[in-house]
Amino acid sequence: MRCFQGLGLALLLLIFAGCKRERRVFDPGTSGATPASATVLNEVSAGQAPPQRAPLAYQQSAYTVAEGKRLYQAYNCIGCHAQGGGAIGPALMDSVWIYGSSLEQIHSTIVQGRPNGMPSFAGKVPDYQVWEIASYVRSMSGLLPSYVAPSRSDHMSATVPESAKEKEHPGQENKQPVEGPKP
Amino acid sequence: MNAILMAVPGFHGPQTPLDPAGPQALQIEHTLFLIFWITSIVTAIVFAVLASGVLRQHAKGEMPPAFEVDPRTERRATWAVGTAIGITVVLLFIMMISSFITSHRTAVLAKSASLSINVYGHEWWWEIEYPNEDQPNLIVRSANEIHVPAGTVVDIHGTSRDVIHSFWAPNIHGKKDLLPGYWNDLTLEVDKPGTWRGQCAEFCGLQHAHMAFNIVAESREDFDRWYLGQLKPAAEPQSPQAMHGREVFLSHPCVMCHTVRGTTASARVGPDLTHVAGRSTIGAGTLVNDRGNLKEWVANAQTFKPGSRMPPNPMPANDLSDLVAYLETLQ
Repeated sequence: MRCFQGLGLALLLLIFAGCKRERRVFDPGTSGATPASATVLNEVSAGQAPPQRAPLAYQQSAYTVAEGKRLYQAYNCIGCHAQGGGAIGPALMDSVWIYGSSLEQIHSTIVQGRPNGMPSFAGKVPDYQVWEIASYVRSMSGLLPSYVAPSRSDHMSATVPESAKEKEHPGQENKQPVEGPKP
Repeated sequence: MNAILMAVPGFHGPQTPLDPAGPQALQIEHTLFLIFWITSIVTAIVFAVLASGVLRQHAKGEMPPAFEVDPRTERRATWAVGTAIGITVVLLFIMMISSFITSHRTAVLAKSASLSINVYGHEWWWEIEYPNEDQPNLIVRSANEIHVPAGTVVDIHGTSRDVIHSFWAPNIHGKKDLLPGYWNDLTLEVDKPGTWRGQCAEFCGLQHAHMAFNIVAESREDFDRWYLGQLKPAAEPQSPQAMHGREVFLSHPCVMCHTVRGTTASARVGPDLTHVAGRSTIGAGTLVNDRGNLKEWVANAQTFKPGSRMPPNPMPANDLSDLVAYLETLQ
């Protein structure tokens, strides 16, 4: 009997844990809606440390990942990174992370820009949307827990759902391969 | 009889099939009323016969003996049922033939279409495009407002950018679904000049109810004047407020989604704002396009249309009012 009670409680907890996954925050409040800002990385400024910790809402919601996927296309990330396979910009679906794989590090990569091509989106994109795009970028290489990764898109899609993606273990963060100077 | 119906609220207005503004809606209305009156009269007769039978039996005050067959009553009943079946078949044929005629007359218009308009359904707004394959500089892009010359047969060439939507302006024609990856055509003609409201008629998500559009039918001269105006890039702002407003527009997230031709803003995610002040509504028929609503909409569209793709844009009050002053110059 005690065993069934425990099982029931565990099931209930599981149900409540699933609630946040589909929670939709349409108005993130003033702090999230202001354009993301940071010192832009350039020859003069070395940029700044990434934010301490990502807002919890963007680590637990399948909806934000689906929104990030939409924005990834709408804001022309695909122009350089393609659908994650990379073209002008580096691939995002592999396990190589030049500037870090954490949500905070990806956020600051988008906002500050990075040398050799990645432009800064400071002042252009609301802060909450940068978090959404960053969480989608993580989902491309299976870094999100299965209870967060969406199993279907909010929009039509011919690609594999994020929850079905094979998880890659980046392990030690790989260094960018440096080639010698070209003749 | 129609005059009585017209006096009832809801039977005339900018969004009802009972107030036709074009030949096709008129045809559809004829069929509608034919079927309405046939079915109403038949229903009335059936209920009258039923009521009289029940009342007569009730007046006798006794249960009839079972299976007592009188040959005369039997013959009369056979005649009555046979006649009723005959009349039913004839009436059904009348309704079917009327429906055929309506379908034919609304479809045959497609042969004489002289203006083609592309309509793209988005979650949750309508992108309108006047295509021109030979001269791309004559392409006009707008949103949520379709201008047509009155009395001209127009071909609506529609598809969807995300989920299935349905294009429906009840005063003008029936519905036509807009399907992603597939083009559908709807031919229509508006005879009465005026503004007719349409609505998405296929549930397409959270803000399906706030996905409306207007069809503005005007004389050929007015249409041509409107078209030439739409071809122009955005007017240069004159007042210092509007000039600062343009700076605000170009340095804020607006440029990630919207186009204003004549500036560097050229994204195609949201509606083209080059001539936004010339449109009568904002947010796909959600709000009347005036200064107060525009301000509230830019500041936080989520209060009016939760889930829409427009993010909240907190900014200092004077930046916001200058931005709206700039948007109002985009005639």
